[in-house]
Amino acid sequence: VSAGLPETRTDTAMSELVPEPRPKPAVPMKPMSINSNLLGYIGIDTIIEQMRKKTMKTGFDFNIMVVGQSGLGKSTLVNTLFKSQVSRKASSWNREEKIPKTVEIKAIGHVIEEGGVKMKLTVIDTPGFGDQINNENCWEPIEKYINEQYEKFLKEEVNIARKKRIPDTRVHCCLYFISPTGHSLRPLDLEFMKHLSKVVNIIPVIAKADTMTLEEKSEFKQRVRKELEVNGIEFYPQKEFDEDLEDKTENDKIRQESMPFAVVGSDKEYQVNGKRVLGRKTPWGIIEGNSLHLLEELVADQTHLQDLKEVTHNIHYETYRAKRLNDNGGLPPGEGLLGTVLPPVPATPCPTAE
Amino acid sequence: ASSSEVAGFTGKRENIRSLTMSGHVGFESLPDQLVNRSIQQGFCFNILCVGETGIGKSTLIDTLFNTNFEDHESSHFCPNVKLKAQTYELQESNVRLKLTIVNTVGFGDQINKEESYQPIVDYIDAQFEAYLQEELKIKRSLFTYHDSRIHVCLYFISPTGHSLKTLDLLTMKNLDSKVNIIPVIAKADTVSKTELQKFKIKLMSELVSNGVQIYQFPTDDDTIAKINAAMNGQLPFAVVGSMDEVKVGNKMVKARQYPWGVVQVENENHCDFVKLREMLICTNMEDLREQTHTRHYELYRRCKLEEMGFTDVGPENKPVSLQETYEAKRHEFHGERQRKEEEMKQMFVQRVKEKEAVLKEAERELQAKFEHLKRLHQEERLKLEEKRRLLEEEIIAFSKKKATSEIFHNQPFLATGSNLRKDKDRKNSNFL
Repeated sequence: VSAGLPETRTDTAMSELVPEPRPKPAVPMKPMSINSNLLGYIGIDTIIEQMRKKTMKTGFDFNIMVVGQSGLGKSTLVNTLFKSQVSRKASSWNREEKIPKTVEIKAIGHVIEEGGVKMKLTVIDTPGFGDQINNENCWEPIEKYINEQYEKFLKEEVNIARKKRIPDTRVHCCLYFISPTGHSLRPLDLEFMKHLSKVVNIIPVIAKADTMTLEEKSEFKQRVRKELEVNGIEFYPQKEFDEDLEDKTENDKIRQESMPFAVVGSDKEYQVNGKRVLGRKTPWGIIEGNSLHLLEELVADQTHLQDLKEVTHNIHYETYRAKRLNDNGGLPPGEGLLGTVLPPVPATPCPTAE
Repeated sequence: ASSSEVAGFTGKRENIRSLTMSGHVGFESLPDQLVNRSIQQGFCFNILCVGETGIGKSTLIDTLFNTNFEDHESSHFCPNVKLKAQTYELQESNVRLKLTIVNTVGFGDQINKEESYQPIVDYIDAQFEAYLQEELKIKRSLFTYHDSRIHVCLYFISPTGHSLKTLDLLTMKNLDSKVNIIPVIAKADTVSKTELQKFKIKLMSELVSNGVQIYQFPTDDDTIAKINAAMNGQLPFAVVGSMDEVKVGNKMVKARQYPWGVVQVENENHCDFVKLREMLICTNMEDLREQTHTRHYELYRRCKLEEMGFTDVGPENKPVSLQETYEAKRHEFHGERQRKEEEMKQMFVQRVKEKEAVLKEAERELQAKFEHLKRLHQEERLKLEEKRRLLEEEIIAFSKKKATSEIFHNQPFLATGSNLRKDKDRKNSNFL
């Protein structure tokens, strides 16, 4: 029993509590690479097919949110993107229905199927956004909703007995509708995007683009891009998540040339030059939804659908989770949620490679 | 299945309608996008081979993947069972596979095999633990995590022809809730065809009667249900492994050459190797991975967390959030720790007091002894002083006597000598 025992004991006890670095998996850190000249076909590549079948069976969730003042054509655009009556249009509202006093969040789910792939599409509408006289903090209910979905997911993930597949209600993509003033972004636009670009993938869209000529359109786009950059607003696809050079060049093109997408939404078909297109009929001609196909590509089509979900899951959700656990746990970052409660790693080391 | 899933999603939301689309949207490529992602990242597949030394584990793996993974023959003299893991990167067309092979070393060699299965269980648990730790981190990176969890365990049964060994039963019973087990009969070319049938039946019935849950090839997907069901009836697969090539007809095939004939590895009449390869790699690799994650890992996780005292539902059946439980536990733990600290402090103080008392007592005793000795010493000294005094007195007396006797002696020598003599004698006799 030496002098000053309690103090030193505490220290060693504390060091026992700090979890040892997680047991290394018993594989050498640098996998040895065997020459890829396999002496014959084995069938490893069939795993692709196996995986595809599995994912098709489970189906996909996709949650898209539309934000913008009423009358900008949000519902029409969503219908155009997914080629079905996904949203009920505001014009079909009951005349007596007033514009809501605060921003409402309305989520409506649909199941659509294509080529054997089932997708549960949820469109989250935000009537009332930007429609009041005083629109201060009108993005707050939206931010709250988005965080609530992250919270729901986190709660499920943290359960002891977890569901086989946690329902994903997180917002994967938020289409923000910019009024085609031709001048610049409005303060409300900037405020909204500043706050929300940190928690969700934002795709800015210039609505009702048929009110601008080609030159006006490209000028407006440039100006909007500049303003977003100056205000530090990162929209999807975010520069910081470009994985490699290929991604970067591809995304740079989208970011610097096409975005924000100027769209014209329509759910009516017309004949133009022998083709059937979706367009708007006016006395001066039939307007086709131009940048629409690019937006389609981004949102509904081949290239980025899965990526939107991944960025939401791997980045936005993880950020939320880390913040949440940090705030309430008061633990230093990097330590596990159960850091101080886990028993010290048992004395026998995990069997390692010889 | 899909409609019930949809119903499950409803929750508080409005009813979900099915819509038909008026044109091609393009999301049917979603599975491809997902798969492309995985191709980019590469796949992980981890196989654990459990079997006695020399039963043919390494050879079979080499044959399965048609490669010569470097490996030395293991010794039979290991004191404990150990596990050896190696990772390899294989590529076929555009698919990159990170294959990890884990072999047991020394399994079945010990005299006392009671603890043989434990290192295997520990290894599997350790991989689950590593994943769990990563999942629980605040800043985590699951999508770049190298998944080391064991996806399948090939259990090698000795081709005795009789039945399972007790070690086999014991080991498999301890593994079946942690990993997908596919039992195989090793070195099946030592068992004749008729014996093999009986052997397989005996093995399966033993497994069933002992409640061992081996991996069942899934039969819910119509395209593969039939073949999977058929294969389920062929378990355990009787396999032969060989990387040596023998000329049969006009082709070189993998085989084992005996004086009495050639056993061809890929001949389905000779052994079930092809079936194993089909089932393991071409048909069910993805399902094995999924089962590991959704069943075995989840079970481990649930048990581990419950062990630590976390529950989903607290008293009165109110849902308990992990956060609350964690806080409560932390509080409890701190309280416990403080109590222990106090206890230790008290004990320390107590000990010190006791020691002090003991020392004081000893001191006192010592002092007493010292006093006692001093006293004794003092007494001795007095006694000695007394003796000396007496002695000195006697010396003086004697000197006096001597002096007087000399004077007497020196006086006229006339006195009767006899009287003197008598006196002298008398005086002298005093001294005698």
